[in-house]
Amino acid sequence: MARQLSIFAENKPGRIEKITRLLSQEGINIRAITISSANGFGVIKILASEPQKAFEVLRNHNFPVYLQEVIAVVMNDEPGGLHRVAQALAENQINIEDAYGFVIKSGEKAVLVIQVENQPQAHNILERNGFQLLTDEEIYQL
Amino acid sequence: MYWEKQLETIPREELSLLQAERLKKTIANAQRTSFYRRLFSHNKIDPEKIKSPEDLKFIPPTTKVDLREGFPFGFLAVPLEEAVRLHSSSGTTGTPTVIYYTASDLDRWTNQVARSMYAVGMRKNDVFQNMMSYGLFTGGLGMHYGAERLGALTIPIGAGNSKRQIWFLKFFKSTAIHIIPSYALLLAQLIKAEDLDPRQDFNIRIMLLGAEPHSEETRRRIEEIYGAKAYNSYGLSEVNGPGVAFECVFQEGMHLWEDYYILEILNPQTLSPTPPGEVGEIVLTTIYRDATPLIRYRTGDLASLLEEPCPCGRTHRRISRIQGRTDDMFIFRGVNIFPMQIEKVLMSNPEVGNNYRIILEREDYRDKMIVEVEIKPELFLGDLQKLARLRERIQSELHSEILVTPEVILVEPGSIPAPEGKVQRVIDHRQL
Ligand SMILES: [Zn+2]
Repeated sequence: MARQLSIFAENKPGRIEKITRLLSQEGINIRAITISSANGFGVIKILASEPQKAFEVLRNHNFPVYLQEVIAVVMNDEPGGLHRVAQALAENQINIEDAYGFVIKSGEKAVLVIQVENQPQAHNILERNGFQLLTDEEIYQL
Repeated sequence: MYWEKQLETIPREELSLLQAERLKKTIANAQRTSFYRRLFSHNKIDPEKIKSPEDLKFIPPTTKVDLREGFPFGFLAVPLEEAVRLHSSSGTTGTPTVIYYTASDLDRWTNQVARSMYAVGMRKNDVFQNMMSYGLFTGGLGMHYGAERLGALTIPIGAGNSKRQIWFLKFFKSTAIHIIPSYALLLAQLIKAEDLDPRQDFNIRIMLLGAEPHSEETRRRIEEIYGAKAYNSYGLSEVNGPGVAFECVFQEGMHLWEDYYILEILNPQTLSPTPPGEVGEIVLTTIYRDATPLIRYRTGDLASLLEEPCPCGRTHRRISRIQGRTDDMFIFRGVNIFPMQIEKVLMSNPEVGNNYRIILEREDYRDKMIVEVEIKPELFLGDLQKLARLRERIQSELHSEILVTPEVILVEPGSIPAPEGKVQRVIDHRQL
């Protein structure tokens, strides 16, 4: 399983700057980052090279941060890749709560990060359907 | 169980007689002060006719302004050489107020404090760390002498210097502490920052909270953090200081020591008594104090009266926790609001941190209220939707409490300045 950081932050200048600075000072690489916001605050999600260490760094700087399990699926970067994942989950009545993706090698591979309610079940389904799922370590080596 | 069984459980009829007798002496004594001599003659009051607490209604209340104008000797009823101490309010807004004490005044005040401490279970084998400031402020010295009277080992450490507080808590295993509630919350963070656990690494069993109104929810939080019982207390420097009213182990309202004071709760506008259970201003008459008698002193503190007998057996009536001050109430779109009402709602939500701030603004001639609320890092589970729902829930709970809907803003922990000493919760930017 892969883990992502979710960070509560106010929508004000310098928050992303501070988070990325703290992580880079510790030599932690950010693989992907997404931001969603509402009513003056937001949640920043980060897929980092060393999630546990990143979690501690941010926690020590008083950020409300949460480490949660997500599924990172490797896809071919071609039309229909995302659809196949969504289809496999939909057929099994699994609802995707949040998703984002990033490309590893342009035109070759992409990683889709998804959050679902029943993480282990989704994990099994995707594996059975022949998808390649990444662990923390594998993301680290990307 | 009781420090003075006979006086604490005195039947109400006997208490009335005792009050009447002490009131008559107080009225006679008050005529030695220039302020009350003038007050009686201006209002054509025959002091001989003030015989019982019911007769007090014929005397106009004394206010803080009167006390200021009486500075320095207008309220002094004994020759100055009889006084052995004075306490004075910080004169932050103009002239200070001053209260003098004779040796027996101090003795009686000390007795009230010892009685109060005994009521919450403090005993001579306790180690009492007094984290309140000493000096002109009554909180430190008042509790200090009460604890010594009780026989507790008293540490006069005073306010602030958290590192030293923590060291003493650890080294002397203090079992009882006297602390301002907002400082108790701040200190807990500093304790955790030193990798200590307030529940495991100390021996605190009794916390006396004072000098700052706080909500029941805040008290429960403090108890949870420290793993101790926290008791509310009430007092004000014009009326001795701490120990005027104190909770007992039942933690349901504070017994106001009616052998020392006559209690009235009045509507601050009309000055007529409020019905039991309804909030009004606490008005106190000192009936057992010689140097500075005060008759119907308007405290500015708001509370309600609990008339029902307390299971502890004490017959002195109880007041609710302080609901606010007549002067910290603010009017928002025509509604009277006390910050305590907002605190109560916020602190009942576990996801909410201990700091908050109320900001009032005026936009296009319309009042706007913003409530800034800190998120507790431990309870953040990474979910934006949950936060949005929390925000909505707080807004609707606030609406049912104060009948207007403020804008709730969730902020990061630590972004609201941590309180030092008394907290300024309301920031009013409105140009009136
Ligand atoms: Zn009681």
